[in-house]
Amino acid sequence: MNEVVLECKNLTKAFNTHSNGSGIRNFFVRKKKMFALKNISFSVRKGEIFGIVGPNGSGKSTLVRIIVNLLIPDSGYCMVKGMDVQKNEIEVRRLMNRVSVEASFFKKLSVMENLLYIGRLYNMKSDETRKRVEEIMKKLVFPVTYLEESVENLSRGMQQKVAVARAFMTQPELLLLDEPTTGLDPVSKRHVQEFIVYVRKRFETTILLCSHDMAEVEKICDRVAIIMKGEFVKVDTPERLKILVRGVENTTMEDVFIQLTGREWEQEVN
Amino acid sequence: MDIASEVRASYAFVARNFNLVKRYLSWEVVFIVFTLVNVLTIGFIGVATGDKRMVLYLVIGALVWRFLSVIFHEVSESIQWERWEGTIEYTFMAPIRRTMMLFGTVIYAVLYGIINTGITLIVALLFFDLTLSGANILTGLLVLIISSFSFIGLGILAAILPLMSTERGSQAAHIIQAIVLLVSGVYYPISVLPEWIRPLSVLSPATYTLRMMRDALLNGRSIGEMWFDILILGIVGFALIPLAIFFFNLAERHAKKLGKLKRSG
Repeated sequence: MNEVVLECKNLTKAFNTHSNGSGIRNFFVRKKKMFALKNISFSVRKGEIFGIVGPNGSGKSTLVRIIVNLLIPDSGYCMVKGMDVQKNEIEVRRLMNRVSVEASFFKKLSVMENLLYIGRLYNMKSDETRKRVEEIMKKLVFPVTYLEESVENLSRGMQQKVAVARAFMTQPELLLLDEPTTGLDPVSKRHVQEFIVYVRKRFETTILLCSHDMAEVEKICDRVAIIMKGEFVKVDTPERLKILVRGVENTTMEDVFIQLTGREWEQEVN
Repeated sequence: MDIASEVRASYAFVARNFNLVKRYLSWEVVFIVFTLVNVLTIGFIGVATGDKRMVLYLVIGALVWRFLSVIFHEVSESIQWERWEGTIEYTFMAPIRRTMMLFGTVIYAVLYGIINTGITLIVALLFFDLTLSGANILTGLLVLIISSFSFIGLGILAAILPLMSTERGSQAAHIIQAIVLLVSGVYYPISVLPEWIRPLSVLSPATYTLRMMRDALLNGRSIGEMWFDILILGIVGFALIPLAIFFFNLAERHAKKLGKLKRSG
Protein backbone atom coordinates (compact mmCIF):
# COMPACT_ATOMS: atom_id res chain seq x y z
CA MET A 1 0.00 0.00 0.00
CA ASN A 2 2.57 2.55 -1.09
CA GLU A 3 1.24 4.37 -4.13
CA VAL A 4 -0.93 7.40 -3.37
CA VAL A 5 -4.09 7.07 -5.48
CA LEU A 6 -6.06 10.03 -4.12
CA GLU A 7 -4.60 13.23 -2.81
CA CYS A 8 -6.67 16.23 -1.73
CA LYS A 9 -4.90 19.38 -0.65
CA ASN A 10 -6.32 22.44 1.12
CA LEU A 11 -9.84 21.98 -0.25
CA THR A 12 -12.21 24.79 0.64
CA LYS A 13 -15.73 25.26 -0.64
CA ALA A 14 -18.36 27.77 0.41
CA PHE A 15 -21.89 28.31 -0.87
CA ASN A 16 -23.89 31.50 -0.83
CA THR A 17 -27.02 31.41 1.28
CA HIS A 18 -29.47 34.15 2.14
CA SER A 19 -29.19 35.45 5.65
CA ASN A 20 -32.97 35.26 6.20
CA GLY A 21 -32.50 31.50 6.09
CA SER A 22 -35.52 31.00 3.84
CA GLY A 23 -33.54 29.98 0.79
CA ILE A 24 -35.72 32.37 -1.22
CA ARG A 25 -33.79 34.82 -3.34
CA ASN A 26 -34.43 38.30 -2.12
CA PHE A 27 -32.39 41.19 -3.45
CA PHE A 28 -32.84 43.12 -0.22
CA VAL A 29 -31.39 40.31 1.89
CA ARG A 30 -27.63 40.08 2.09
CA LYS A 31 -25.94 36.88 0.96
CA LYS A 32 -24.01 34.91 3.55
CA LYS A 33 -21.15 32.51 2.87
CA MET A 34 -21.60 29.07 4.33
CA PHE A 35 -18.49 26.90 4.38
CA ALA A 36 -19.10 23.30 3.33
CA LEU A 37 -15.40 22.41 3.45
CA LYS A 38 -12.55 24.19 5.19
CA ASN A 39 -8.99 23.50 4.22
CA ILE A 40 -9.30 19.71 3.91
CA SER A 41 -6.11 17.76 3.14
CA PHE A 42 -5.62 14.01 3.06
CA SER A 43 -4.34 11.21 0.89
CA VAL A 44 -5.43 7.62 0.32
CA ARG A 45 -3.07 4.85 -0.72
CA LYS A 46 -3.66 2.03 -3.18
CA GLY A 47 -5.93 -0.67 -1.77
CA GLU A 48 -6.83 1.35 1.30
CA ILE A 49 -10.39 1.83 2.57
CA PHE A 50 -10.56 5.35 3.94
CA GLY A 51 -13.67 6.20 5.90
CA ILE A 52 -15.18 9.62 6.48
CA VAL A 53 -17.78 9.88 9.21
CA GLY A 54 -19.83 12.87 10.12
CA PRO A 55 -23.40 14.00 10.56
CA ASN A 56 -25.70 15.31 7.80
CA GLY A 57 -24.41 18.52 6.29
CA SER A 58 -20.87 18.02 7.57
CA GLY A 59 -19.39 18.17 4.05
CA LYS A 60 -19.02 14.48 3.09
CA SER A 61 -21.00 14.65 -0.15
CA THR A 62 -19.44 17.99 -1.10
CA LEU A 63 -16.03 16.35 -0.80
CA VAL A 64 -17.07 13.42 -3.00
CA ARG A 65 -18.55 15.78 -5.60
CA ILE A 66 -15.29 17.73 -5.74
CA ILE A 67 -13.26 14.55 -6.23
CA VAL A 68 -15.44 13.43 -9.15
CA ASN A 69 -15.30 16.98 -10.56
CA LEU A 70 -19.02 17.67 -10.32
CA LEU A 71 -18.19 20.58 -8.07
CA ILE A 72 -15.30 23.03 -8.38
CA PRO A 73 -13.62 24.01 -5.09
CA ASP A 74 -12.95 27.64 -4.20
CA SER A 75 -9.36 26.70 -3.44
CA GLY A 76 -7.20 23.61 -3.22
CA TYR A 77 -6.98 20.66 -5.58
CA CYS A 78 -7.55 16.92 -5.96
CA MET A 79 -5.19 14.53 -7.70
CA VAL A 80 -5.98 10.97 -8.72
CA LYS A 81 -2.86 8.92 -9.51
CA GLY A 82 -0.95 12.16 -9.90
CA MET A 83 -3.47 13.73 -12.29
CA ASP A 84 -5.47 16.84 -11.46
CA VAL A 85 -9.19 15.99 -11.58
CA GLN A 86 -10.00 19.24 -13.39
CA LYS A 87 -7.11 19.43 -15.82
CA ASN A 88 -7.18 15.72 -16.80
CA GLU A 89 -10.88 15.14 -16.36
CA ILE A 90 -11.42 12.49 -19.07
CA GLU A 91 -8.39 10.40 -18.00
CA VAL A 92 -9.36 10.66 -14.33
CA ARG A 93 -13.03 9.84 -14.92
CA ARG A 94 -11.96 6.54 -16.44
CA LEU A 95 -10.19 5.61 -13.21
CA MET A 96 -13.01 6.19 -10.76
CA ASN A 97 -16.67 5.67 -10.07
CA ARG A 98 -19.13 6.47 -7.34
CA VAL A 99 -22.12 5.15 -5.44
CA SER A 100 -24.30 7.77 -3.80
CA VAL A 101 -27.10 7.54 -1.28
CA GLU A 102 -29.69 8.09 -4.05
CA ALA A 103 -29.66 5.22 -6.52
CA SER A 104 -30.60 7.53 -9.49
CA PHE A 105 -31.62 5.54 -12.56
CA PHE A 106 -33.91 5.88 -15.55
CA LYS A 107 -36.80 4.38 -13.62
CA LYS A 108 -38.76 3.01 -16.59
CA LEU A 109 -35.74 1.30 -18.11
CA SER A 110 -34.81 -2.20 -17.03
CA VAL A 111 -31.83 -2.84 -14.77
CA MET A 112 -29.83 -4.18 -17.72
CA GLU A 113 -30.79 -1.28 -20.02
CA ASN A 114 -29.56 1.16 -17.38
CA LEU A 115 -26.31 -0.74 -16.91
CA LEU A 116 -25.73 -1.17 -20.66
CA TYR A 117 -26.12 2.61 -21.03
CA ILE A 118 -23.42 3.28 -18.43
CA GLY A 119 -21.25 0.48 -19.83
CA ARG A 120 -21.32 2.09 -23.28
CA LEU A 121 -20.29 5.44 -21.79
CA TYR A 122 -17.26 3.65 -20.38
CA ASN A 123 -16.64 2.06 -23.78
CA MET A 124 -17.58 -1.43 -22.62
CA LYS A 125 -19.05 -3.87 -25.14
CA SER A 126 -22.55 -5.17 -24.37
CA ASP A 127 -21.37 -8.77 -23.84
CA GLU A 128 -18.65 -7.60 -21.47
CA THR A 129 -21.17 -5.52 -19.48
CA ARG A 130 -23.64 -8.41 -19.21
CA LYS A 131 -20.89 -10.79 -18.05
CA ARG A 132 -19.54 -8.43 -15.40
CA VAL A 133 -23.02 -7.49 -14.18
CA GLU A 134 -23.99 -11.12 -13.72
CA GLU A 135 -20.79 -11.82 -11.76
CA ILE A 136 -21.30 -8.80 -9.50
CA MET A 137 -24.99 -9.50 -8.95
CA LYS A 138 -24.19 -13.05 -7.89
CA LYS A 139 -21.82 -11.67 -5.23
CA LEU A 140 -24.47 -9.18 -4.11
CA VAL A 141 -27.11 -11.93 -3.88
CA PHE A 142 -29.28 -10.12 -6.42
CA PRO A 143 -31.59 -12.47 -8.40
CA VAL A 144 -30.50 -12.45 -12.06
CA THR A 145 -34.16 -12.77 -13.12
CA TYR A 146 -34.68 -9.16 -12.01
CA LEU A 147 -32.14 -7.82 -14.51
CA GLU A 148 -34.85 -7.32 -17.14
CA GLU A 149 -37.24 -5.72 -14.64
CA SER A 150 -37.89 -1.95 -14.65
CA VAL A 151 -35.90 -0.23 -11.92
CA GLU A 152 -39.10 1.37 -10.60
CA ASN A 153 -40.40 -2.09 -9.66
CA LEU A 154 -37.44 -2.85 -7.42
CA SER A 155 -37.20 -2.24 -3.69
CA ARG A 156 -34.85 0.43 -2.34
CA GLY A 157 -32.35 -2.24 -1.28
CA MET A 158 -32.33 -3.84 -4.73
CA GLN A 159 -31.95 -0.45 -6.44
CA GLN A 160 -28.96 0.29 -4.24
CA LYS A 161 -27.40 -3.05 -5.21
CA VAL A 162 -27.84 -2.07 -8.88
CA ALA A 163 -26.13 1.24 -8.07
CA VAL A 164 -23.23 -0.70 -6.53
CA ALA A 165 -23.04 -2.89 -9.65
CA ARG A 166 -23.05 0.22 -11.87
CA ALA A 167 -19.98 1.55 -10.10
CA PHE A 168 -18.06 -1.73 -9.80
CA MET A 169 -18.67 -2.99 -13.35
CA THR A 170 -16.40 -0.27 -14.78
CA GLN A 171 -13.58 -1.74 -12.63
CA PRO A 172 -12.49 1.59 -11.14
CA GLU A 173 -9.17 1.99 -9.39
CA LEU A 174 -10.75 4.53 -7.07
CA LEU A 175 -14.24 4.03 -5.73
CA LEU A 176 -16.16 6.72 -3.90
CA LEU A 177 -18.96 5.36 -1.75
CA ASP A 178 -21.23 8.05 -0.36
CA GLU A 179 -23.47 6.39 2.21
CA PRO A 180 -23.94 3.25 0.06
CA THR A 181 -25.81 1.32 2.74
CA THR A 182 -28.08 4.05 4.12
CA GLY A 183 -31.69 2.85 4.21
CA LEU A 184 -30.83 -0.79 3.49
CA ASP A 185 -32.15 -3.67 5.54
CA PRO A 186 -29.51 -5.48 7.65
CA VAL A 187 -29.14 -8.37 5.20
CA SER A 188 -28.68 -6.14 2.13
CA LYS A 189 -26.32 -3.95 4.14
CA ARG A 190 -24.17 -6.99 4.97
CA HIS A 191 -24.13 -8.07 1.28
CA VAL A 192 -22.89 -4.65 0.19
CA GLN A 193 -20.29 -4.44 2.99
CA GLU A 194 -18.96 -7.90 2.19
CA PHE A 195 -18.75 -6.99 -1.47
CA ILE A 196 -16.74 -3.83 -0.71
CA VAL A 197 -14.23 -5.89 1.28
CA TYR A 198 -14.10 -8.54 -1.47
CA VAL A 199 -13.40 -5.96 -4.19
CA ARG A 200 -10.58 -4.39 -2.22
CA LYS A 201 -9.03 -7.80 -1.64
CA ARG A 202 -9.55 -9.08 -5.19
CA PHE A 203 -8.69 -5.96 -7.25
CA GLU A 204 -6.80 -3.81 -4.72
CA THR A 205 -9.36 -1.08 -5.35
CA THR A 206 -8.85 2.13 -3.38
CA ILE A 207 -12.06 3.06 -1.59
CA LEU A 208 -13.31 6.25 0.02
CA LEU A 209 -16.32 5.43 2.19
CA CYS A 210 -18.51 8.22 3.57
CA SER A 211 -20.94 7.00 6.15
CA HIS A 212 -23.20 7.73 9.07
CA ASP A 213 -22.76 4.22 10.24
CA MET A 214 -20.04 4.11 12.91
CA ALA A 215 -20.09 0.32 13.15
CA GLU A 216 -19.69 0.03 9.37
CA VAL A 217 -16.58 2.23 9.19
CA GLU A 218 -15.09 0.52 12.23
CA LYS A 219 -15.62 -2.86 10.60
CA ILE A 220 -14.24 -2.20 7.11
CA CYS A 221 -12.08 0.95 7.08
CA ASP A 222 -8.30 1.05 7.48
CA ARG A 223 -8.34 4.70 8.49
CA VAL A 224 -11.17 7.01 9.47
CA ALA A 225 -11.54 10.78 9.30
CA ILE A 226 -14.10 12.45 11.54
CA ILE A 227 -15.60 15.47 9.83
CA MET A 228 -17.59 18.23 11.50
CA LYS A 229 -18.80 21.44 9.84
CA GLY A 230 -16.48 20.96 6.89
CA GLU A 231 -13.34 20.27 8.90
CA PHE A 232 -11.46 17.08 9.70
CA VAL A 233 -11.38 16.79 13.48
CA LYS A 234 -9.14 13.71 13.54
CA VAL A 235 -7.76 11.11 11.11
CA ASP A 236 -6.45 7.76 12.26
CA THR A 237 -7.07 4.01 12.34
CA PRO A 238 -10.25 2.95 14.20
CA GLU A 239 -8.10 1.24 16.84
CA ARG A 240 -5.98 4.32 17.52
CA LEU A 241 -9.04 6.56 17.55
CA LYS A 242 -10.62 4.34 20.19
CA ILE A 243 -7.51 4.60 22.37
CA LEU A 244 -8.16 8.35 22.57
CA VAL A 245 -11.33 7.68 24.56
CA ARG A 246 -10.70 7.15 28.24
CA GLY A 247 -12.95 5.99 31.00
CA VAL A 248 -15.40 4.07 28.77
CA GLU A 249 -15.53 0.30 28.67
CA ASN A 250 -15.85 -1.43 25.26
CA THR A 251 -15.24 1.84 23.42
CA THR A 252 -17.14 2.29 20.16
CA MET A 253 -16.65 4.76 17.31
CA GLU A 254 -19.68 6.65 18.63
CA ASP A 255 -17.75 7.24 21.87
CA VAL A 256 -14.84 8.50 19.78
CA PHE A 257 -17.13 10.92 17.97
CA ILE A 258 -18.58 12.27 21.23
CA GLN A 259 -15.13 12.63 22.75
CA LEU A 260 -13.64 14.44 19.76
CA THR A 261 -16.52 16.73 18.94
CA GLY A 262 -18.19 17.17 22.28
CA ARG A 263 -21.51 16.24 20.70
CA GLU A 264 -23.93 13.34 20.91
CA TRP A 265 -23.85 11.25 17.72
CA GLU A 266 -27.60 10.54 17.56
CA GLN A 267 -28.34 14.22 17.96
CA GLU A 268 -26.03 15.10 15.05
CA VAL A 269 -27.35 12.43 12.70
CA ASN A 270 -30.97 13.28 13.34
CA MET B 1 -10.38 6.97 -25.65
CA ASP B 2 -9.78 7.45 -29.39
CA ILE B 3 -12.33 9.09 -31.67
CA ALA B 4 -13.81 5.74 -32.82
CA SER B 5 -14.35 4.73 -29.19
CA GLU B 6 -15.92 8.10 -28.39
CA VAL B 7 -18.31 7.74 -31.33
CA ARG B 8 -19.21 4.28 -30.01
CA ALA B 9 -19.71 5.76 -26.54
CA SER B 10 -22.01 8.44 -27.96
CA TYR B 11 -24.19 5.58 -29.30
CA ALA B 12 -25.11 5.08 -25.62
CA PHE B 13 -27.45 8.07 -25.88
CA VAL B 14 -29.10 6.79 -29.07
CA ALA B 15 -29.71 3.32 -27.58
CA ARG B 16 -30.86 4.72 -24.22
CA ASN B 17 -33.35 7.13 -25.80
CA PHE B 18 -34.85 4.51 -28.11
CA ASN B 19 -35.17 2.22 -25.06
CA LEU B 20 -37.03 5.03 -23.30
CA VAL B 21 -39.32 5.37 -26.34
CA LYS B 22 -40.09 1.63 -26.05
CA ARG B 23 -40.85 1.98 -22.34
CA TYR B 24 -43.09 5.00 -22.90
CA LEU B 25 -44.69 3.50 -26.02
CA SER B 26 -48.26 4.48 -25.12
CA TRP B 27 -47.12 8.10 -24.81
CA GLU B 28 -45.38 7.86 -28.18
CA VAL B 29 -48.66 6.70 -29.73
CA VAL B 30 -50.41 9.66 -28.10
CA PHE B 31 -47.78 12.09 -29.49
CA ILE B 32 -48.02 10.61 -33.01
CA VAL B 33 -51.84 10.79 -32.97
CA PHE B 34 -51.70 14.35 -31.68
CA THR B 35 -49.21 15.35 -34.39
CA LEU B 36 -51.22 13.64 -37.12
CA VAL B 37 -54.45 15.30 -36.03
CA ASN B 38 -52.67 18.64 -35.81
CA VAL B 39 -51.25 18.34 -39.35
CA LEU B 40 -54.57 17.11 -40.75
CA THR B 41 -56.48 19.94 -39.06
CA ILE B 42 -54.14 22.48 -40.59
CA GLY B 43 -54.39 20.72 -43.97
CA PHE B 44 -58.18 21.00 -43.85
CA ILE B 45 -57.91 24.76 -43.49
CA GLY B 46 -56.21 24.61 -46.90
CA VAL B 47 -58.92 22.31 -48.26
CA ALA B 48 -61.53 24.86 -47.16
CA THR B 49 -59.89 27.48 -49.40
CA GLY B 50 -60.42 25.20 -52.41
CA ASP B 51 -56.79 25.67 -53.45
CA LYS B 52 -54.75 22.45 -53.68
CA ARG B 53 -51.49 24.43 -53.55
CA MET B 54 -52.62 25.98 -50.28
CA VAL B 55 -53.07 22.49 -48.78
CA LEU B 56 -49.51 21.61 -49.78
CA TYR B 57 -48.27 25.00 -48.54
CA LEU B 58 -49.77 24.36 -45.09
CA VAL B 59 -48.79 20.69 -44.90
CA ILE B 60 -45.17 21.52 -45.80
CA GLY B 61 -45.17 24.14 -43.05
CA ALA B 62 -46.63 21.73 -40.50
CA LEU B 63 -44.24 18.90 -41.37
CA VAL B 64 -41.09 21.01 -41.54
CA TRP B 65 -42.01 22.62 -38.25
CA ARG B 66 -42.65 19.21 -36.73
CA PHE B 67 -39.24 17.94 -37.82
CA LEU B 68 -37.30 20.99 -36.68
CA SER B 69 -39.17 21.33 -33.40
CA VAL B 70 -38.60 17.64 -32.60
CA ILE B 71 -34.84 18.17 -33.04
CA PHE B 72 -34.91 21.34 -30.94
CA HIS B 73 -37.07 19.75 -28.25
CA GLU B 74 -35.13 16.47 -27.96
CA VAL B 75 -31.76 18.22 -27.71
CA SER B 76 -32.89 20.97 -25.35
CA GLU B 77 -34.84 18.57 -23.09
CA SER B 78 -32.03 16.04 -22.78
CA ILE B 79 -30.48 17.82 -19.78
CA GLN B 80 -33.85 18.46 -18.19
CA TRP B 81 -34.78 14.77 -18.50
CA GLU B 82 -31.57 13.66 -16.81
CA ARG B 83 -32.22 16.11 -13.99
CA TRP B 84 -35.69 14.70 -13.39
CA GLU B 85 -34.41 11.13 -13.40
CA GLY B 86 -31.46 12.09 -11.19
CA THR B 87 -28.93 10.55 -13.58
CA ILE B 88 -27.21 13.77 -14.65
CA GLU B 89 -24.30 13.36 -12.24
CA TYR B 90 -23.60 9.82 -13.47
CA THR B 91 -23.71 10.87 -17.12
CA PHE B 92 -21.47 13.87 -16.46
CA MET B 93 -19.01 11.68 -14.50
CA ALA B 94 -18.53 9.28 -17.42
CA PRO B 95 -15.32 9.50 -19.48
CA ILE B 96 -16.96 10.96 -22.57
CA ARG B 97 -16.39 14.43 -23.96
CA ARG B 98 -19.35 16.77 -23.78
CA THR B 99 -19.18 17.22 -27.57
CA MET B 100 -19.67 13.48 -28.08
CA MET B 101 -22.43 13.38 -25.48
CA LEU B 102 -24.26 16.10 -27.41
CA PHE B 103 -23.44 14.34 -30.70
CA GLY B 104 -25.20 11.19 -29.47
CA THR B 105 -28.20 13.18 -28.33
CA VAL B 106 -28.37 14.95 -31.71
CA ILE B 107 -28.13 11.71 -33.71
CA TYR B 108 -31.05 10.31 -31.74
CA ALA B 109 -33.04 13.55 -32.20
CA VAL B 110 -32.54 13.48 -36.00
CA LEU B 111 -33.46 9.77 -36.27
CA TYR B 112 -36.51 10.25 -34.06
CA GLY B 113 -37.50 13.34 -36.07
CA ILE B 114 -37.21 11.43 -39.37
CA ILE B 115 -39.37 8.54 -38.11
CA ASN B 116 -41.94 10.83 -36.52
CA THR B 117 -42.21 13.20 -39.48
CA GLY B 118 -42.03 10.36 -42.00
CA ILE B 119 -45.13 8.68 -40.52
CA THR B 120 -46.96 12.02 -40.53
CA LEU B 121 -45.91 12.74 -44.13
CA ILE B 122 -47.20 9.40 -45.42
CA VAL B 123 -50.58 9.84 -43.69
CA ALA B 124 -50.89 13.46 -44.89
CA LEU B 125 -50.10 12.49 -48.52
CA LEU B 126 -52.73 9.73 -48.43
CA PHE B 127 -55.32 11.84 -46.64
CA PHE B 128 -55.19 14.84 -48.95
CA ASP B 129 -54.31 12.93 -52.09
CA LEU B 130 -51.27 15.14 -52.54
CA THR B 131 -48.68 14.56 -55.24
CA LEU B 132 -45.16 15.86 -55.30
CA SER B 133 -44.84 15.51 -59.09
CA GLY B 134 -43.59 19.05 -59.72
CA ALA B 135 -41.46 19.11 -56.60
CA ASN B 136 -37.69 19.06 -56.47
CA ILE B 137 -37.37 16.52 -53.65
CA LEU B 138 -33.57 16.41 -53.73
CA THR B 139 -33.37 20.16 -53.06
CA GLY B 140 -36.00 19.79 -50.33
CA LEU B 141 -33.98 17.07 -48.59
CA LEU B 142 -30.77 19.07 -48.82
CA VAL B 143 -32.47 22.13 -47.34
CA LEU B 144 -33.84 20.01 -44.49
CA ILE B 145 -30.44 18.46 -43.73
CA ILE B 146 -28.66 21.83 -43.80
CA SER B 147 -31.39 23.41 -41.65
CA SER B 148 -31.06 20.65 -39.08
CA PHE B 149 -27.63 22.01 -38.12
CA SER B 150 -29.08 25.39 -37.13
CA PHE B 151 -31.75 23.73 -35.02
CA ILE B 152 -29.20 21.41 -33.42
CA GLY B 153 -27.21 24.53 -32.48
CA LEU B 154 -30.32 26.24 -31.13
CA GLY B 155 -31.23 23.06 -29.23
CA ILE B 156 -27.79 22.90 -27.58
CA LEU B 157 -28.09 26.59 -26.65
CA ALA B 158 -31.52 25.87 -25.15
CA ALA B 159 -30.08 22.85 -23.27
CA ILE B 160 -27.87 25.31 -21.41
CA LEU B 161 -30.91 26.83 -19.74
CA PRO B 162 -31.88 23.76 -17.63
CA LEU B 163 -28.21 23.46 -16.71
CA MET B 164 -28.37 26.91 -15.15
CA SER B 165 -31.85 26.79 -13.69
CA THR B 166 -33.78 23.52 -13.69
CA GLU B 167 -37.41 24.55 -13.98
CA ARG B 168 -37.00 28.03 -15.41
CA GLY B 169 -34.64 26.66 -18.03
CA SER B 170 -37.25 24.30 -19.39
CA GLN B 171 -39.87 27.05 -19.32
CA ALA B 172 -37.56 29.38 -21.27
CA ALA B 173 -36.90 26.67 -23.91
CA HIS B 174 -40.66 26.33 -24.49
CA ILE B 175 -41.03 30.10 -24.87
CA ILE B 176 -38.16 30.21 -27.40
CA GLN B 177 -39.79 27.41 -29.40
CA ALA B 178 -43.15 29.20 -29.38
CA ILE B 179 -41.64 32.49 -30.55
CA VAL B 180 -39.79 30.75 -33.41
CA LEU B 181 -43.15 29.23 -34.44
CA LEU B 182 -44.81 32.65 -34.43
CA VAL B 183 -42.20 34.55 -36.43
CA SER B 184 -40.95 32.01 -38.97
CA GLY B 185 -43.91 31.83 -41.35
CA VAL B 186 -44.81 28.23 -40.62
CA TYR B 187 -48.46 28.59 -41.67
CA TYR B 188 -48.48 32.04 -43.29
CA PRO B 189 -46.10 34.34 -45.16
CA ILE B 190 -44.12 36.55 -42.82
CA SER B 191 -45.43 39.57 -44.74
CA VAL B 192 -48.68 39.30 -42.73
CA LEU B 193 -46.82 39.85 -39.46
CA PRO B 194 -46.82 43.32 -37.88
CA GLU B 195 -43.79 45.42 -38.85
CA TRP B 196 -42.30 45.30 -35.34
CA ILE B 197 -42.21 41.50 -35.27
CA ARG B 198 -40.56 41.05 -38.66
CA PRO B 199 -36.95 41.65 -37.49
CA LEU B 200 -37.35 38.48 -35.41
CA SER B 201 -38.29 36.56 -38.57
CA VAL B 202 -34.97 37.56 -40.09
CA LEU B 203 -33.15 36.05 -37.11
CA SER B 204 -35.00 32.72 -37.16
CA PRO B 205 -33.33 30.00 -39.27
CA ALA B 206 -36.77 28.39 -39.71
CA THR B 207 -37.85 31.36 -41.87
CA TYR B 208 -35.23 30.47 -44.51
CA THR B 209 -35.84 26.74 -44.20
CA LEU B 210 -39.56 27.12 -44.83
CA ARG B 211 -39.10 29.57 -47.71
CA MET B 212 -36.60 27.27 -49.43
CA MET B 213 -38.60 24.10 -48.76
CA ARG B 214 -41.67 25.67 -50.33
CA ASP B 215 -39.62 26.89 -53.27
CA ALA B 216 -38.28 23.36 -53.77
CA LEU B 217 -41.52 21.44 -53.23
CA LEU B 218 -44.12 23.85 -54.60
CA ASN B 219 -42.14 25.59 -57.34
CA GLY B 220 -39.64 22.84 -58.16
CA ARG B 221 -36.61 25.12 -57.75
CA SER B 222 -33.23 23.43 -57.95
CA ILE B 223 -30.14 23.53 -55.72
CA GLY B 224 -28.38 25.67 -58.36
CA GLU B 225 -31.11 28.31 -58.18
CA MET B 226 -30.95 28.52 -54.38
CA TRP B 227 -27.28 27.78 -53.73
CA PHE B 228 -26.59 31.12 -52.07
CA ASP B 229 -29.42 30.80 -49.52
CA ILE B 230 -28.45 27.17 -48.83
CA LEU B 231 -24.83 28.25 -48.32
CA ILE B 232 -25.83 30.98 -45.85
CA LEU B 233 -28.04 28.55 -43.92
CA GLY B 234 -25.17 26.05 -43.86
CA ILE B 235 -22.68 28.62 -42.58
CA VAL B 236 -25.10 29.73 -39.84
CA GLY B 237 -25.64 26.09 -38.81
CA PHE B 238 -21.96 25.13 -38.80
CA ALA B 239 -21.04 28.26 -36.85
CA LEU B 240 -23.88 27.85 -34.37
CA ILE B 241 -22.97 24.30 -33.26
CA PRO B 242 -19.38 24.98 -32.05
CA LEU B 243 -20.55 28.26 -30.56
CA ALA B 244 -23.36 26.47 -28.70
CA ILE B 245 -20.94 23.77 -27.44
CA PHE B 246 -18.55 26.50 -26.26
CA PHE B 247 -21.34 28.18 -24.28
CA PHE B 248 -22.52 24.79 -22.99
CA ASN B 249 -19.05 24.11 -21.57
CA LEU B 250 -18.97 27.56 -19.97
CA ALA B 251 -22.40 26.95 -18.44
CA GLU B 252 -21.33 23.54 -17.13
CA ARG B 253 -18.31 25.09 -15.42
CA HIS B 254 -20.54 27.78 -13.92
CA ALA B 255 -23.00 25.11 -12.68
CA LYS B 256 -20.09 23.16 -11.15
CA LYS B 257 -18.91 26.25 -9.30
CA LEU B 258 -22.36 26.91 -7.86
CA GLY B 259 -23.11 23.24 -7.18
CA LYS B 260 -26.11 23.09 -9.50
CA LEU B 261 -25.44 19.71 -11.10
CA LYS B 262 -27.71 17.90 -8.73
CA ARG B 263 -30.86 15.93 -9.06
CA SER B 264 -34.03 17.96 -8.99
CA GLY B 265 -37.66 17.03 -9.36
